[in-house]
Amino acid sequence: MRQALIIARKDLLIEWRARLLLVRVAPFALLVLVLFAVALDSEPLILRAAAGLVWLAMLFSALMLVQRSFDVETDDGAVDVLLTGTVEPAQVYLGKMLAAFVQLLALAITLVSGAVVLYGATVGADQLVLLVTATLCAAWGLSSVGTLYGAVVANMSGRDSLLALLALPVTAPLLIAASRATEAAFGSQTIDAASGWAWTALLVVFAITFSAAGAAAFGTLMESDT
Amino acid sequence: MTGTATSGTGSSGTGSSGTSSSGTGTLFTRIIGAAALVVMAWVVVSAFFITPADTQQGDSVRIMYAHVPAAWIAYLAFITTAITSGISLARRHRTLGFDRVAGASAEVGVLFMGLALVTGSLWGRLTWGTFWQWDPRLTTTLFLFVTYVGYLAVRNIDSDPHRRARRSAVLALLAVLEIPLVHFSVVLWRSLHQEASVLNPDGDVRLDDLMLFTLFSGVVAFTLIFVWLVMHRQRLAALQDAQLGAGLDAAIAARRAETVA
Amino acid sequence: MREFAVVQTVTTNDTAATNDAAILLADVVVALGGFPALAGVNLTVQRGELVALRGANGTGKSTLLRLCAGLVALSRGSAQVMNVDLASNRAAVRPYVGLLGHRNGLYADLTARENVQLTAQLIGAAGEDVDDALVRLKIDARVAATRTRSLSAGQRRRTALASLVVRRARVWLLDEPHAGLDTAARKELDQILCEATRAGATVIYTTHEVDRADGELPRTVTLAGGVVASDRAATRGAPR
Repeated sequence: MRQALIIARKDLLIEWRARLLLVRVAPFALLVLVLFAVALDSEPLILRAAAGLVWLAMLFSALMLVQRSFDVETDDGAVDVLLTGTVEPAQVYLGKMLAAFVQLLALAITLVSGAVVLYGATVGADQLVLLVTATLCAAWGLSSVGTLYGAVVANMSGRDSLLALLALPVTAPLLIAASRATEAAFGSQTIDAASGWAWTALLVVFAITFSAAGAAAFGTLMESDT
Repeated sequence: MTGTATSGTGSSGTGSSGTSSSGTGTLFTRIIGAAALVVMAWVVVSAFFITPADTQQGDSVRIMYAHVPAAWIAYLAFITTAITSGISLARRHRTLGFDRVAGASAEVGVLFMGLALVTGSLWGRLTWGTFWQWDPRLTTTLFLFVTYVGYLAVRNIDSDPHRRARRSAVLALLAVLEIPLVHFSVVLWRSLHQEASVLNPDGDVRLDDLMLFTLFSGVVAFTLIFVWLVMHRQRLAALQDAQLGAGLDAAIAARRAETVA
Repeated sequence: MREFAVVQTVTTNDTAATNDAAILLADVVVALGGFPALAGVNLTVQRGELVALRGANGTGKSTLLRLCAGLVALSRGSAQVMNVDLASNRAAVRPYVGLLGHRNGLYADLTARENVQLTAQLIGAAGEDVDDALVRLKIDARVAATRTRSLSAGQRRRTALASLVVRRARVWLLDEPHAGLDTAARKELDQILCEATRAGATVIYTTHEVDRADGELPRTVTLAGGVVASDRAATRGAPR
């Protein structure tokens, strides 16, 4: 675990230096929210769709973050050096996942705030816990799947589009669950709070499954560049 | 002497004897091919001419004889790819035989998944007037299709056989995790919209014995076709790999000759 | 010297004479995309030996290093590094080797010091080791505090070397480590390599240089056409 924390800290330090999240990804995500409003052109519709749109924007932004996270590793072969040391691949995976989680959490907070401001979504005080929990679990799930598939396409040519093609179908359950849970937190007519918590439980299952898969598969995936 | 490596032409894992020098056919595949043709002929005749039309759906129910077996094969291919991928990852000496079967099964599987989707969509159109239903089975099949398109994309890009085998094997196993999750989520999701769960063309069809038998024959015929295609495809891949290995000796000699004294 | 708490996998049936060998290659063929970069290499390197690997471009030197680091797969023959059988499980050799390849393995947005510190932290080395390594590689405070993105190629190379020094691997594999260094830095590097072998590490480096500054030559293995063309022992008094 210690090594994973060191690697997470390294990833976050690099991100802080490059300020990609702040300067490029978050504005992009907010822009996507704005474009949704423009495209759908109906305030009541937007309000009802707010939760889904937030997580859709999260998905696309998450891909950008993950792509960058692995480009940093493969540009100069840094990850090979990490792995030729005494670092277990699972630790590298967990460290990168942790860093991705922190960044995605920051992004989620930004987007939910965006939905409140731009779409007029509201969160009652009693739904706040649900919202926070669902967001945490969804960010965890997204970071685990993203880091895993980032490793799958690392160093491949055309990996940007490949990452989207591979990862997005897998994130569909997460999108469904996160949207429904957030919808419940925003106070929807069709979904009550209890269902919201059920969806959050599904998010946890998703996150645990792919975190375990990632830790197990990372070594095999990063085994070498011929 | 331990630790001696061989080049990547392992056994195919399907228990077939040697292939003929001119192609990938053997007695076994010829038998399977012939059987597939016979059963398929029976299914076509039965589906179009012998079995009765449905009381409610009319003749459009006959699409079922193509759709249900195709869906069955799609999932069979998925399971085959998953199992052979698992074995190929677990084997220490990493011979590529199982990976070739996994790849062949995925290619053929994508074909049948597409067929299942198209026939399912057509059936829905003819019966209910809409091309698509968000019911769990059709949606899950769609996800399966997209996932395998991605899988094949990865296989096509990677040039080194061993690395390709590893990457795609991991992808295939991840799909085993993903598909049940997708299915379960869609089931939960659609349960929120009560009216959609009933719209299922094959849920309303009453099947008498002849129809059931034809359906069963269809499954058998498609399975035979699947096996036939996979065997040929994986042998083709084996021949390609063998060609690489055979060329190696010549390449080694040429390489050593680079030493200009 | 730091102890490695790693179980060694002894997979060879050969006699006890090979147990001392750090690297044991027999008829090794490595085919990259069908092309045999190594076409039948036979090489034995004892522990604590210093070996210079020479050869024209394209003769397979880099591939040989990458093979020993467990980064490429064996096509034919047998290879053992630190008693790990590379044919069956080459990933297991990773804890023993430190490779300095063509790329430096640095994070562009971290400073030189931070890059070396990362290696040190991951293996649990002391903070002074980082300072020592930086000093030895003549990386002054200003350079150490600069992001590697802004450093020259030579400075980046030295940073990568500092990471390798901190790692204290059992087998050092360096691909053209002298390139880009000035004379003083080269002498220092040779010193570092000698100290490493004296501490028990096995060092192999590739070079185009024929003569060392002091005229003493280590064991020199020359590759040509993917095989070992000549294997000249170290001159008397040279580092072993």
